Amino acid sequence: MRYSGLKVITEGLFGNKGWRPAWRNPEPKAEYDAIIIGGGGHGLSTAYYLARNHGMRNIAVLEKGYLGGGNVGRNTTIVRANYFLPGNSEFYSHSLKLWEGLEAELNYNVMHSQRGLINLFHSDGQRDAFARRGNSMVNQGDDAILLDRDGVRELLPYLDFEQTRFPIYGGLLHPRGGTARHDAVAWGYARGADRRGVDLIQNCEVTGIDIENGRVTGVQTTRGAIRARKVGILVAGRSGQVAAMAGMRLPIESHVLQAFVTEGLKPVIDHVISFGMGHFYISQSDKGGLVFGGDIDFYASYASRGNLPMVEHVMEAGMTLMPMIGRAKVLRSWGGIMDMTPDGSPIIDKTDIDGLFIDCGWNYGGFKAVPASGWCMAHLMATGESHAVARRFRLNRFLTGHLLDEEGTGSQHNLH
Amino acid sequence: MRIPCPLCGPRDRREFYYYGADDYLRRPEEGAPPEAWDAYLHLRDNPAGVTRDLWHHEMGCSAWLVVTRNTVTHEVISVRLASEKEAAK
Repeated sequence: MRYSGLKVITEGLFGNKGWRPAWRNPEPKAEYDAIIIGGGGHGLSTAYYLARNHGMRNIAVLEKGYLGGGNVGRNTTIVRANYFLPGNSEFYSHSLKLWEGLEAELNYNVMHSQRGLINLFHSDGQRDAFARRGNSMVNQGDDAILLDRDGVRELLPYLDFEQTRFPIYGGLLHPRGGTARHDAVAWGYARGADRRGVDLIQNCEVTGIDIENGRVTGVQTTRGAIRARKVGILVAGRSGQVAAMAGMRLPIESHVLQAFVTEGLKPVIDHVISFGMGHFYISQSDKGGLVFGGDIDFYASYASRGNLPMVEHVMEAGMTLMPMIGRAKVLRSWGGIMDMTPDGSPIIDKTDIDGLFIDCGWNYGGFKAVPASGWCMAHLMATGESHAVARRFRLNRFLTGHLLDEEGTGSQHNLH
Repeated sequence: MRIPCPLCGPRDRREFYYYGADDYLRRPEEGAPPEAWDAYLHLRDNPAGVTRDLWHHEMGCSAWLVVTRNTVTHEVISVRLASEKEAAK
């Protein structure tokens, strides 16, 4: 079924009786050409692009819960391409271009809104660093505009520019940055993959990975054994557990990242604003809720809920930056499990086991990467070669020293 | 989350700096191959359940602690000083 405005109107006139489930609910077959472990954003987009770009049809996505029930359903929905380092810059640039065509591609409204993202800076040195980052973004072919204080004041008059600790000197505006509807991205890719013949199998937890003579032969699941010559692991915060089934240890530690949403308000924040010095960022959803967050809780955790010190810290940072939000009531807060790498950059690579591939280490930035991660992981699984824009996301880069330390803070587990 | 410091008693999590898994206690010998250093610095078991990690009581007695805790429930099971030898099992 193709979705359209006309379809919505005709269904509305005839009692909405014509809608059908967006995807099938198939039983797992005994064998597939490729198995994707993990039915989140990255797993679903990988399955979609395996079918779309590489003509593979006999694919299963195995999800232990329900589709899109992990981090893709609990993030703060920011889409941007403002990376600096070669290796990251071209990848996120590619991802943003895919985002810009995603709704037409998937025939699904992902509510991609390029409302502009502003990174604030608070010193001369930080301004220089942002000018350099902006130049890097422009050289990559993306957009960046350096705003002085008056430029920021014009766009964001409600900020407290004269805070004693971090007075605002200006900001780097990334006009093509913005937000998207997180669940819709997962659902759109799921529907698109299903329409191309991919089996989406929910409530199917992988309990073992079968390896014979250094080559993957399939997986054991709660719904029986399934054979496949190619298996991709895309399980975000649970990467350590799934990799352990193949006898691997990963350069990953899982941490909780919290996010918050207020009651619905009239439109007040038109952009995405990040306040790096306070570890705070905010946007307003189409429903009106202020969606905001801060840094990770900073110790290894799978609790899926945050600690109170970080709640306090985020609220303080928000009040420092924009005191006007102080009367808004926080409706909910929640935590997601982030697969943190020592240098803060992801991994899309083969493993030492033939036919076993891994896509992980997205830290707190996995959402915007969903289209390109799937694109590049599909390329890797289908051709055996890294895609050009993901060639530096190597699994062994911590051993070889080819780090991608975007923050420039070092390569250690408790730094990112 | 509170951590019972062996020297100071139970203290708020905010007094402590988290360093990482206790792999850091098993430093390779001089001349060990790069793989050993990679494992020491980067590769982690990353368990969902009981783990042991290093915390510095930076806003208290400044002791380094080895904390055995549960990463799913945040229960702290035991704490010892990193300077003490591990109890014989």
